Amino acid sequence: MLRIRNLESGYGSLRVLKGISLHVNSGEIVTIIGANGAGKTTLLETIAGVVAASSGEILFDGRDLVTLSPERIVAAGCSLVPEGRQVFAPMTVRENLVLGAYIRSGREGKAAVAEDIDAIHRHFPILKERDGQLAGTLSGGEQQMLAIGRALMARPRLIMLDEPSMGLAPIIVRGIFEIIGRLRAEGNTILLVEQNAMASLGIADRGYVMETGQIVLEGTARELMENHDVQRAYLGKEYRSIGEGRG
Amino acid sequence: MKRFVAIGALAAAVIALHLLFAAAGAEYLLVQLTMAAYYALVVIGLCLLMGYAGQISLGHAAFFALGGYTAAVLSTNSFTQLMGAPALERLVHWGLVTAGTDAYGAAAHQVPVWLSLPLAVAAAAAVALVIGIPVLKLKGHYLAMATLGFGTILYRIFLGTRLFGEADGISSVRPCALLPGLTIGGDTALRTQNYYFAWALVLLAMVLSLNIVSSRAGRALRSIHGSEEAAAAMGVNTARYKLYVFILSAVFAAVGGFFMTHFNGGIGPAEAGIMKSVRYVAIVAVGGMANLWGSLLIGVLLNFLSLRGIFGSYDDAVFGALLVFIMALAPDGILRREFLHRIMRVRIRWPFSK
Ligand SMILES: Nc1ncnc2c1ncn2[C@@H]1O[C@H](COP(=O)(O)OP(=O)(O)OP(=O)(O)O)[C@@H](O)[C@H]1O
Ligand SMILES: [Mg+2]
Repeated sequence: MLRIRNLESGYGSLRVLKGISLHVNSGEIVTIIGANGAGKTTLLETIAGVVAASSGEILFDGRDLVTLSPERIVAAGCSLVPEGRQVFAPMTVRENLVLGAYIRSGREGKAAVAEDIDAIHRHFPILKERDGQLAGTLSGGEQQMLAIGRALMARPRLIMLDEPSMGLAPIIVRGIFEIIGRLRAEGNTILLVEQNAMASLGIADRGYVMETGQIVLEGTARELMENHDVQRAYLGKEYRSIGEGRG
Repeated sequence: MKRFVAIGALAAAVIALHLLFAAAGAEYLLVQLTMAAYYALVVIGLCLLMGYAGQISLGHAAFFALGGYTAAVLSTNSFTQLMGAPALERLVHWGLVTAGTDAYGAAAHQVPVWLSLPLAVAAAAAVALVIGIPVLKLKGHYLAMATLGFGTILYRIFLGTRLFGEADGISSVRPCALLPGLTIGGDTALRTQNYYFAWALVLLAMVLSLNIVSSRAGRALRSIHGSEEAAAAMGVNTARYKLYVFILSAVFAAVGGFFMTHFNGGIGPAEAGIMKSVRYVAIVAVGGMANLWGSLLIGVLLNFLSLRGIFGSYDDAVFGALLVFIMALAPDGILRREFLHRIMRVRIRWPFSK
């Protein structure tokens, strides 16, 4: 579904991505793990068209996204749940969801959007309760659910999630990962960026390890979990903290 | 629905004020209310830009002045001096310029309003487009600085150019006959029709703005205000929306300046000054940023008081002080329930005690 070859991008003269190649098959959860500053967010934003690629190609169902604008990429079926959630704080929960359908609402009208909101409410009942509340006043976990729901409103075929566990309590993180699992069970394809390697490898089919703008390791989630380098660099600390969360 | 009720209430208030002033024998007050209405057009546009799209402009007075100077130049001898008699005759022949006499009976030429108004609008839109493309890429302080710079440039151009009358500005701008029975000018006999015309424009601008705000485009604008990256990730073309609103607000301002100049019979460089721009920003801030009605109300009130000379020589200081006060105490404006509640329960607290 998604195939990236030798992708390079950055900010001004700063090169962040130094030739990334990866692919995501339809129906998979693929995770990208890596330390702070590795370029994970930059990668997702480059795919989404928010950051411009300087070379390489991003084939989405055979179509190159590199030259497309962000709105075309969303319209093509590729949605990003940005890092730090970034819900539209001064707008209500419902307005946030309606905005998620922004590229469709011009064509499809209100009824279709309202139907989709009902579907989101079935996924996230809490969002129904909070329908008229300002998004900025939601808790962190609720905001994350809203951000995911908002991305789903575009009816994407590929959902990219940037650190959905960021800043959330372990119990909330578990809830979010359950939702991600459910989304896959419904046939969604997911590209998941995480620092919480334990949780994300636990749910993913395959994974990539990214360091300073390059892919240094790839494999099935199980292979990566059993890899010594990965265990030392990414799993040691996380394992304990998740254990504590359960206790 | 609520929208139409509010618009109806505004129309009723406009009529009520006229009747009230007429009954009190104070119809001269309609003059300031007419002017306040033209300034309100700037405020409405700026409210869309600042409150909804989240982009500040410290140069909006320049757009008002641009509309005003276009009106002034095209309806005085300012522009005819630029061209030779044959060229002028040809324009008259084509109907693009009408020949007439000025207030003193001397020959005078004027571009008819069906042409001068679109020219004023086009000038403002073109300048907003050219300025907006690079400037709207900036954020926060940088955008404020850049628009301040732009405002200063236009101010200096109006101040230093012969065509624009330099420091004196352009006076004896003639009234413009808009429709049979509707002439924009400062004559006492025209007072009532000018009052209603100015307020009809405000109503129109409000209807248009309220519709934009509650439409799909309005949601897109507010999302830009919330988080530009996230808005882009939702597929909102943020750059284009910001530019559209910038242009629209410039056009509102220019239309205000255009009619204000015909109404006043002149315009001077002070209209383009930085303090004017600060004043508009202060009004939108006091009104509550994303609050079109609040901005309109505060704008009319403050401009009316200012035009009546209530603030004396502290006029500019009042607006500066207001801005400080609002930013410190009520960053969401004063027409907010929370703030009004707070006022109701004022407790005097010394700044240093808890
Ligand atoms: N807007 C920007 N302008 C300039 N440099 C940036 C910008 N955003 C990120 N960078 C730089 O790009 C590099 C990669 O950042 P990125 O946010 O992609 O990392 P990340 O892997 O997502 O990190 P984290 O796990 O902390 O979110 C960093 O060195 C960062 O400083
Ligand atoms: Mg990141």
